[in-house]
Amino acid sequence: MHSYKEYVALMELHDKVEVDRLIEVMNMFVGKIYQRPPLRSSVKRSLRVKEVYSIEVLEIEDGKHVLFKVRCESGTYIRKLCHDIGLLLGVEAHMRELRRTAVAHIREDLPVVTMHEVSEALYLHRKYGDETLIRKVVLPGEFIVAHLPRIIVKDSAVGAITHGAQLAAPGVVALSNDVKKGDRVAIFTLKGELIAVGKSVMDVDEIMKSEKGIVANIERVVMQPNIYPPMWRKAKKAEGS
Amino acid sequence: MNIESEKGFNFLKKLDEIAGKTRNYIVKSEAETDPRYGFYPPERPIDIYISYGFIPLDKPPGPTSHEVVAWIKKMFGVSKAGHGGTLEPKP
Repeated sequence: MHSYKEYVALMELHDKVEVDRLIEVMNMFVGKIYQRPPLRSSVKRSLRVKEVYSIEVLEIEDGKHVLFKVRCESGTYIRKLCHDIGLLLGVEAHMRELRRTAVAHIREDLPVVTMHEVSEALYLHRKYGDETLIRKVVLPGEFIVAHLPRIIVKDSAVGAITHGAQLAAPGVVALSNDVKKGDRVAIFTLKGELIAVGKSVMDVDEIMKSEKGIVANIERVVMQPNIYPPMWRKAKKAEGS
Repeated sequence: MNIESEKGFNFLKKLDEIAGKTRNYIVKSEAETDPRYGFYPPERPIDIYISYGFIPLDKPPGPTSHEVVAWIKKMFGVSKAGHGGTLEPKP
């Protein structure tokens, strides 16, 4: 689902290397690279192509410890990247530390919190009934799908979707101009609540023109059912079913 | 557009900003939303707010993502929680 990852990694070279040479070699790993997942990995260990968008050296200490930022495609192993950089440099290397700094649009510039802050927020809420910190520490889940194109639907369509129906054309109120046929979309209420995630079966123009038919196939319903009234039942009864 | 849908729309605009996207919205049919159902996400009653919530957590090295999720569940007393991915699976 997320195709972009950003990390800060600490690589340890097993011998000193000139800075110019190091940067030259690291830059060779920018672009499409072959990578076989490491022994200790959660996927099949077959050679695959992954894209590294950028590598930026942040700090070098005693010629051996290299702190760098890497932006890459999801599924790129940074431990392996360090190992391969070491091989090409001829001195060998391994990864010492790793920190993920972004997944898609979820970045460190969001108000990132520690476990202590979470615990404090809960304490203030439970002990003093003060919700303010909780509302800062916990963000609406809608943030997670901020990167997806969206379709906003009528109140009358919400109940049906939460009960398993697909999104039909008459339910659409508005949509973002980046909706594309076959691509994932987030379905929202007019109040800005995420209802579900699905795949659009139409392009923007087609959705705008359609008076009936399925607009999006629902893959995952997020909203609990029965929050909005079940408007579709009436229509069903009228049909005599 | 009533006040509820206006607030909702502004919230979606904020999400666009977070995602670093400039999106245009095309209106297919005018509609209003009934204030009796659902909530504007930032103003959900606290328990509901938490149940639909997400925490950008600074996980320290040491405990696994899985362990941290278990703690969060226990702290909040919620039955469902997940995380956005493991850095390195433990053997």
